[in-house]
Amino acid sequence: MSTPKIRVRNLKKYFGTKKVLDGVDLDVAQGTGLVVIGGSGSGKSVLIKSILGLVTPDSGTIEIDGVDVLKAPRAQARALRAQIGMLFQNGALFDSLPVWENVAFGLLAEKKIARRFARAKAIEILAQVGLADNVADLSPSELSGGMQKRVALARAIASEPAIMFFDEPTTGLDPIMGAVIDELIVNCVKRLGSTSIAITHDMASAVRIGDTAAMLYDGKITWTGPAAELLTTTNPLVNQFTHGHSEGPIKMALRR
Amino acid sequence: MNAVLNVIAHIGAAVLNALGLVGELAIFAGTGIYAIIRPPYYPRMIGRAMMEIGYFSLPVVSLTALFTGMVLALQSYTGFSRFNAESAIASVVVLSVTRELGPVLAGLMVSGRAGAAMAAELGTMRVTDQIDALSTLSTEPMQYLVAPRLIAGVIAMPLLVGIADILGVMGGFLVAWLKLGFNPHTYLLNSFTNLRTDDVVSGLIKAAVFGFIIALMGCFNGYRSKGGAQGVGAATTSAVVSASILILAVDYILTQLLFTK
Repeated sequence: MSTPKIRVRNLKKYFGTKKVLDGVDLDVAQGTGLVVIGGSGSGKSVLIKSILGLVTPDSGTIEIDGVDVLKAPRAQARALRAQIGMLFQNGALFDSLPVWENVAFGLLAEKKIARRFARAKAIEILAQVGLADNVADLSPSELSGGMQKRVALARAIASEPAIMFFDEPTTGLDPIMGAVIDELIVNCVKRLGSTSIAITHDMASAVRIGDTAAMLYDGKITWTGPAAELLTTTNPLVNQFTHGHSEGPIKMALRR
Repeated sequence: MNAVLNVIAHIGAAVLNALGLVGELAIFAGTGIYAIIRPPYYPRMIGRAMMEIGYFSLPVVSLTALFTGMVLALQSYTGFSRFNAESAIASVVVLSVTRELGPVLAGLMVSGRAGAAMAAELGTMRVTDQIDALSTLSTEPMQYLVAPRLIAGVIAMPLLVGIADILGVMGGFLVAWLKLGFNPHTYLLNSFTNLRTDDVVSGLIKAAVFGFIIALMGCFNGYRSKGGAQGVGAATTSAVVSASILILAVDYILTQLLFTK
């Protein structure tokens, strides 16, 4: 069996006395898309931020291409993580830069392109997410939510990353725009042959963009299976979550 | 007994918090200085920060210096005329402005304008994940955001204070000449006869240190802000207050170091 592109073992993270990740185990095979679902505050964002190196876990291992990035030398860990493109929940576009500079930012930072060619390259990438060249010189604040998400996606795919993370890609979008973004994500991931992890509350989106799915609850992965089975599984935790039942094994803080 | 223990526990917790904060600030400053000397460098960001700290602060610093020089001349006259020492006004104005008022007032003004703007910008970037986004785009936030501002603070503040010194002295000169009836040639001669190079240079050294403090506190508070709009507001307030207090405290220390002879 080949080494998973990403392997997480016994990952733990506490914030003070608050247990967020309590022994997470996860495998993502090369070229597949994993969707992680779970309630608000269940640690989904902490999980992908840990893999990205934005949060330092208390213990556990995170392997990318078989190398534990938590123990690897700094330069090697940085090189492994440089393969990751990230779409943030709110886009996280740099509002002091025009759209084209946002898109070309990673390429310029990695010196993959000279500055004088960067605008043209950015326009080319914007076209891949369905945006015309007339948005290139606009400020992110002049764009609608859907367009901002597309620009953020364009920025994430600009370096043609081998791994892509999507944090709530459809949050705040209407269902049609959400479906459009999902389609763009699926196309981009397929075209680049990337391995992806998406975290979402949107079940329709989860089924569209994931090959496999995992449910994070109480700091642990409590279910894994094909994303297509998210809505049909009999697992009580997943069933309650995906169908939004107030009664069930998941106890909300309000009811404790 | 329990009440006494509670009070001691609270004091202990407050002291530990304060020490923790000082430690955090020291680590942040050290990381910032290391980021300055380590490539890659971002000249565009340094230029942008220079504009923010220097150019856009020029009006407020200029007006402050001009009026301070004018007031200083008037107030000095009130006091010195009682001892028939009016001729000392020129020296008092020029030495006060170059050695003390120029750097300190410019520091406080820039802290309120540029330091607050820095904290608000970095704070907003923090709470909207823009700083995390930088990390995912092969860019070290300390090098891209903090180092250019520290460099710009150290370069722009002495330039601002140089201008403030000239305008402050000019303000005093205008009042002395047009309002108090001093001979303009004599006043200027008195101003510059007693002015030494190290008076100006020490003021500029203070300015460079204050520039570093303003940028450091703006970046430190913005960088670690959390909790949305309220957190950004708190970071902005904290940046201005802490920079202002530090400027006044460090001013005393620098004055001791530079002017004890």
